[in-house]
Amino acid sequence: MLEIDNLTHVYGPGSPNEHRAIEGLKLSVAEGELLCIVGPSGCGKSTLLRSIAGLITPTGGEIRVEGELVRQTPGNLAVVFQDYSRSLFPWMSVADNVALPLRRRNMDKRQRREAAQEALESVGLEGAGRKYPFQLSGGMQQRVAIARALAYRPSLMLMDEPFGSVDAQTREDLEDLVLKVRGHHQMTIVLITHDIDESVYVGDRVVVLSKAPAHVVGDLRVDLPGPRDQITTREHPDFVHLRAEVGRLVRGVPAQATSA
Amino acid sequence: MTATTTLARGERLHLSRARLGKLVRHVIGVAAFLLLWELAGRTGLLTWLPTASASLARAVGLAFDPAFLGDLLSTLTAAAIGLPLAVLVAVPLGLLLGTVPVVEEMTRAIVEFLRPIPSVALIPLALFAFQPEINAKVALIVYASAWPILINTLYGVRDVDPVATETLRSFGFGRGSVIMRVSLPSAAPFIFTGIRLAASITLILAISVEYFVGGAGGIGAFLIQASTGIGADAMVDVIATLMWAGAVGLAVNTVLLRAERRLFRWRFS
Repeated sequence: MLEIDNLTHVYGPGSPNEHRAIEGLKLSVAEGELLCIVGPSGCGKSTLLRSIAGLITPTGGEIRVEGELVRQTPGNLAVVFQDYSRSLFPWMSVADNVALPLRRRNMDKRQRREAAQEALESVGLEGAGRKYPFQLSGGMQQRVAIARALAYRPSLMLMDEPFGSVDAQTREDLEDLVLKVRGHHQMTIVLITHDIDESVYVGDRVVVLSKAPAHVVGDLRVDLPGPRDQITTREHPDFVHLRAEVGRLVRGVPAQATSA
Repeated sequence: MTATTTLARGERLHLSRARLGKLVRHVIGVAAFLLLWELAGRTGLLTWLPTASASLARAVGLAFDPAFLGDLLSTLTAAAIGLPLAVLVAVPLGLLLGTVPVVEEMTRAIVEFLRPIPSVALIPLALFAFQPEINAKVALIVYASAWPILINTLYGVRDVDPVATETLRSFGFGRGSVIMRVSLPSAAPFIFTGIRLAASITLILAISVEYFVGGAGGIGAFLIQASTGIGADAMVDVIATLMWAGAVGLAVNTVLLRAERRLFRWRFS
């Protein structure tokens, strides 16, 4: 589904404030997988995501989405940004925000409106279509951004620290929302986070990146008894063990038992 | 349910009370100014200045003076033709300069050279290039009022949130779509403010050209005629005319300010 080979990105190469964000990163994501990428802050996670989305051109290496080399933004991909308040368009109603990307699809106005309404229903915001983003709470705004991505029906959804700007309770709700919608939509999800617990709770697999220049230092499969639950999953011995493992990798402490 | 309605009603009451208080303070300020003016005239402090009451009475009288109304209409027509033309010229130009840095760099020297030249100083040039005078008047209005619109569009477009732009790009939208669907709407409040500033400039330029040429009609021409009259009466006419110019400017600005608040509600909340 997604193949990243020897990816390297250097900001301002040759200049005095040259920054090597990513170096020799290799990663492969299978169809339908929910992969969480964790790493210390400033390690180049967002650079990686922006490279996959074709928003920046990496200085080296190759990225393939469904076998296609990424040169521009792939048409089967949607991004959910951390900063929902800046990512939603404030001059448009919620429904129009969700329907806008569908102009890229071969859909008429009525189809776009229906698809938007359906996506809003799937995130529990069926009554909010006529409202404007500023009339909604932060958590609801991020739901709108997720609905916008879902309505687009991407085969790959990228999420860049999507729950970094909401309170703890809302965060849990949104984590469960992601788990719920991935069941309904056939898609691969790559979720970037700096929250270790979140990566283990949400992911089928957790990839840990090193400090910049980023490369993969750990790759763990998460085999937790499903369906996941905010209380019971988090007290499960496997969960506790995995989060400790990921924590060590993020901090750069040598792993004790299993690491890939 | 009832509780919320009462609260809403209470809030509305509170709001209208605050608005009323503001209005009262405005009225007090204006009344005090008029009173001082009246006193200055009556006590003989300023002998050349007609009294406030005489000027106001004449201003009301002008509303029934067909000659004045004709001139007022002529000034407003020139402004009403000039402003939309300025928008048509300045907004696309501002979009171009704001989104294509090369063009902006190439034209910056010219822009910075032309901008400080007072538009009034261009009247002779405009009269030479555009005939009859009404064309020169409109041309100068377009030129002068295009500046704030151009500058506000330029900076508004450049100020667009990169996250908003990247969002649309991430859905595969091209450069043109991003400009039309994100840059332009998000710059719209800036552009509108530019248009509001430009509206007052249209009046300044219209009256200036009229006053300079005389034959171009309008409030400016009316001012020339009024001031060539004899004695105190002439001054009353002049001041009454100025009152009209001020009132028109105030009305236009108020209407546009209201429209701005309503159109860009998302920005003010």
